[in-house]
Amino acid sequence: MVNMTIDLGRGLVLRNPVMTASGTFGYGEEYTDFVDLAQLGGIIVKGTTLNPRQGNPYPRMAETPSGMLNCVGLQNKGVSYFIETIYPRIKDFDTNVLLNLSGSTLEDYVRGAEMIDVLDKIPAIELNVSCPNVKQGGMAFGVTCAGITQVVAEVRKVYHKHLMVKLSPNVTNIAEIALAAEAAGADSVSLINTLMGMAIDAERRQPKLSMVTGGLSGACVKPVALRMVWQVAKAVKIPVVGLGGISNATDAVEFMLAGASAIEIGTANFIDPAISAKVADGMRDYCSRHGFQKVSELIGALEG
Amino acid sequence: MMKQIADFTLVGKECYGTSVLLRLREEQPLPEIVPGQFVQVRVDDSPNTYLRRPISIHDVDPANHEISLLVQMVGEGTRHLGAANVGDRLNLVLPLGNGYTLPTKGERVLLVGGGIGIAPLYYLAKSMDAKPTFLLGGKKASDLVRLDAYSSIGETLITTEDGSLGEKGMVTMHSVWQQRQFDKIYVCGPKRMMMAVADIARANNVWCEVSLEHMMACGLGACLCCVEDTVEGNLCVCKEGPVFNTRRLKW
Repeated sequence: MVNMTIDLGRGLVLRNPVMTASGTFGYGEEYTDFVDLAQLGGIIVKGTTLNPRQGNPYPRMAETPSGMLNCVGLQNKGVSYFIETIYPRIKDFDTNVLLNLSGSTLEDYVRGAEMIDVLDKIPAIELNVSCPNVKQGGMAFGVTCAGITQVVAEVRKVYHKHLMVKLSPNVTNIAEIALAAEAAGADSVSLINTLMGMAIDAERRQPKLSMVTGGLSGACVKPVALRMVWQVAKAVKIPVVGLGGISNATDAVEFMLAGASAIEIGTANFIDPAISAKVADGMRDYCSRHGFQKVSELIGALEG
Repeated sequence: MMKQIADFTLVGKECYGTSVLLRLREEQPLPEIVPGQFVQVRVDDSPNTYLRRPISIHDVDPANHEISLLVQMVGEGTRHLGAANVGDRLNLVLPLGNGYTLPTKGERVLLVGGGIGIAPLYYLAKSMDAKPTFLLGGKKASDLVRLDAYSSIGETLITTEDGSLGEKGMVTMHSVWQQRQFDKIYVCGPKRMMMAVADIARANNVWCEVSLEHMMACGLGACLCCVEDTVEGNLCVCKEGPVFNTRRLKW
């Protein structure tokens, strides 16, 4: 019997290291025909902002080799709608339900975090300072040490549960950004958000996305994500949650070996809606096969 | 209605130029499928195809656990699907989206299809009490496939832009619009064609449903990629549609 539990600190305990990434799993409800949510460590629900957002115009997606670009632009109905309408439907899911919180101003983040803080069944916020698809804020906070220090410190003052900060890969030195988040009071960091990219329709001589650029995700980003998780895990003392192109249990194990304490499944949910539970099973099998008693023994166990 | 992921076996295949009819059988009984719903097909061993391909359901045979897909081979992914051989396994997520609203008995029904958009109208027509009228349009005669099958279940009117079959012109130019009135109009085809039909329906105050075809990633309403800008804001075509009453659209 392998102990699959992961304790990320400040009350966020996962029954296994597998969570689903924000924006790829809706509110969990979209996937209950395919996955028993009790088989997951947690789900991170769609990026939410203080005020409703319509998002960007169609087309918002372009397929790329082994991946996809998106420029959804944080379409959501706002924190109040989440609290009144969605939270009652999902609060009793038998898994950790984390909310991904985004904003375009410091005040938005702080007010949103205050409102989420009082929700009993939301044990953590994943603070999204790395969305590449909104004009103001979002990623702007996440690409400088000063910006991330400011937003994390201010949210930390009002948010008393586990504060996970989702990092952008679109920076020169992601370890420095992670250290800034840690110093400002983050309980963990998750990475990577999407990589900025672009696609062109040569026949029409037009961009494929309405916003021209978008965030790249899927299997193609995995090597970049793995490298960044490894760099960040060496730099910080808080737990690192790894994501970026994880498509199977072997990928997930690789992220753990690189130093992640837990992982998120993102775009792979689109190709196999049941993949998240399969990854959890596969990680357990890996541990059995290699004689690990606890999945936590994998964290940073890269040899050589 | 439970959605499922299932492996199907290709048990029959008919080629029609750039389109192909795939008859797929599941071992287990099929879930309930309503006309207008679609499947997401995984495309294996196609290096540049990462996402599933949304394909409308052309026909359903519950007794034999079979569904049929009419696929137009437009890109690498659909060409790969079209190259499948009888006996191959295809992985499907189904049934997805909301279907058409069926007419009540005795209503006069027109089903307008353009190009490969004729595909879902077949199962729709078979599911109706009334005998429908099809109005099917293409650029040329070879764009319109399985016309015998359509003719066997309803009156079938044709337009082609080059005049190679039926009346010459677009579906909106067919003489039937001057001669007959309908209670319900169902449309599937290129967006510009659907908008033109919707205009006629609106001008005549006729109820009209259209099936939108947007690029999709998840097919489940999770990723918010396939939105249409509607009177209710941006809605996912995969989850809130693909069938919309035209009153909900900003057309």
